[in-house]
Amino acid sequence: MQETIDVPMHTTAERKIVVGEAGTPPDRKWVIVTRGIKREYDMGGEVVRALRGVDLAIGRNEYVAIMGPSGSGKSTLMNVIGCLDTPNAGEYWLNGTLVSSMTDDQLARIRNKEIGFVFQTFNLLPRATALHNVELPLVYAGIGADERKRRAKEALERVQLDNRMDHRPNELSGGQRQRVAIARALVNKPSILLADEPTGNLDSATSEEIMRVFEELSNTGQTVIMVTHEADIAAHARRVVVLRDGVIHSDDRREVFTQRVGL
Amino acid sequence: MPIFEAIVLALKQIRVQKLKSFFTLLGVTISVMFLIAVVSIVEGMAKYVEQDFAAKFLGVNVFNVRRFPDINTDVTEAEWRAWQRRPRITPQDGLAIRDALPPEARWALHDVTWAAGTSEFRNGGPQIMAQAVTPDFFRIKDLVVDKGRAFTDQDDRLGSPVVVIGTEIAEHYFPNLDPLGRELKINRFPFTVIGVLEKQGSVFGMSLDRQVIAPFGSQMSNLTRARFNLYGVVVQADNPAALENTKEIVREVMRRRHGLRPAQKDDFVFETSESALTQWNSIRQFLVLAGMVLPAIGLVVGAIVIMNIMLVAVAERTREIGIRKSIGARRRDILAQFLAESTTLSMLGAALGVALGIGLSQAVAAVSPLPATVAPWSIVMAVLIGAGVGIGAGAYPASRAAKLDPIFAMRQE
Repeated sequence: MQETIDVPMHTTAERKIVVGEAGTPPDRKWVIVTRGIKREYDMGGEVVRALRGVDLAIGRNEYVAIMGPSGSGKSTLMNVIGCLDTPNAGEYWLNGTLVSSMTDDQLARIRNKEIGFVFQTFNLLPRATALHNVELPLVYAGIGADERKRRAKEALERVQLDNRMDHRPNELSGGQRQRVAIARALVNKPSILLADEPTGNLDSATSEEIMRVFEELSNTGQTVIMVTHEADIAAHARRVVVLRDGVIHSDDRREVFTQRVGL
Repeated sequence: MPIFEAIVLALKQIRVQKLKSFFTLLGVTISVMFLIAVVSIVEGMAKYVEQDFAAKFLGVNVFNVRRFPDINTDVTEAEWRAWQRRPRITPQDGLAIRDALPPEARWALHDVTWAAGTSEFRNGGPQIMAQAVTPDFFRIKDLVVDKGRAFTDQDDRLGSPVVVIGTEIAEHYFPNLDPLGRELKINRFPFTVIGVLEKQGSVFGMSLDRQVIAPFGSQMSNLTRARFNLYGVVVQADNPAALENTKEIVREVMRRRHGLRPAQKDDFVFETSESALTQWNSIRQFLVLAGMVLPAIGLVVGAIVIMNIMLVAVAERTREIGIRKSIGARRRDILAQFLAESTTLSMLGAALGVALGIGLSQAVAAVSPLPATVAPWSIVMAVLIGAGVGIGAGAYPASRAAKLDPIFAMRQE
């Protein structure tokens, strides 16, 4: 198990060297590499430049928090990393595959196989049971019903929810819902677990509980990327990337980050 | 997503919203119900016409020589006028045919008119279908005399004023009495009842039990004015194989008597059960067409309802679509999901329609003489319609759902 990858990425210049030349596949130790990613939106005639050239490399088994105030572009970056959105310019390599130029359906495959999402609002299907919610990614992966059930149960066991399998989201507490969402994210054994404000709708005790789940997952070798605007939540990760105005402002180990923000 | 999963999902969705689903598929149900019912009623009529009407009215291996078709549809004014210019069929034509026929064939003169009746018990009543025929008529038409007897060649030759009557006539004019030997006046001419026919039933609501049959040689043929305008000459071939040959013989006789040159067309017709059925078939085609066009309009309405409901469903479930896409549903998966839903709805509607349609045709069969039979092809068609309407109505909403942007969709409430 790796704590963090010991490569200097503190300055823009250092990061440029780490992510490598455009058009060349990055080193295999990186699960995520972005090269000069730009994303602009046309908001009623006004162009919003959400990402203005992001160079980021995340290694296998890392636990990274992406932080930043609202409007910093962190959600846009998360959407790009999660293959929900494609950049206007730049390259995004996921697991050695260039995904920034893929079609909608190819991206859907990647989301299904490589990425496990955990959202602030849980995003569970309200009418489906916990078990069925967890099964859903396997349905789209084309896995048979028996295998699906077995793996979904396994995933729910990992988040200690195997006794709540037949409950619907509205019969579960916030923390339980988020754990169902985590089980769903993990069920297809993704390369990265991508969490967007995972504690945003939870009280502090439940937040801690979810953070413990992330910690355990990270300890078992799962790559975890978490987007948050709360410094104390970000401080659970081993590496914190701070975004400001669509570019990376800082990229440090937890210890450096906590010291700087005074936690 | 495999199609099976999509259908299971669709059924769940339908179960959650039972009432809404029911109203959604009502249009398809009603249309399919009428389609099945109309087709089975028309098919029932066809069976009825082919089995009962053709046999009862015309007889087996029988053809009528007539001036123009008695059973006809779609006659133009010009055709009708041309028919009126044709020479009339006369009893002499019948005799000439008799002389030319092979010995095993049978023939009869046949004339008919509507007449009023009187007996010592009743004055007036239902119209009588009064017929003057030569004796072989009974055998040709396979008429069974239940009580008493049919008349003979001798009765015919002597012009005996005797009559064989239908059951309804017997019951009306001789209530609770034995009609044999009693007098029935037809248009004031007295006839003695010598026989009562077996019950015949009716064709197209016209009772065949109101007929009376008297010898051609009797007053009856004056009454029907048969001398110069005969209703027809009835000819029966010995077997189906001989029918065409017999027709040719009769055609020769008639053309010669009418002085037709080879290039001229026949100015008379042979009415067979086949020619009657040809007429019927054109009616039937029209009925089937009408029976399909009307439900088709209903189906269009049904399809619009389904499309509308599916559009609402896509709007309501935008967030769900976003979630599904975020965890790996491709466009085609979402497309399949909504198409499966609309198609399942529509197929359910069609299935319900088939059941109700069968019920409706059974009900019609129970209260009317039409033996309504459900045509298997109409069920196959209903199923295809169900699938077609579902796919057609679901295509646009499903493609809208499939094209949704997952980020945008997940932000919807």
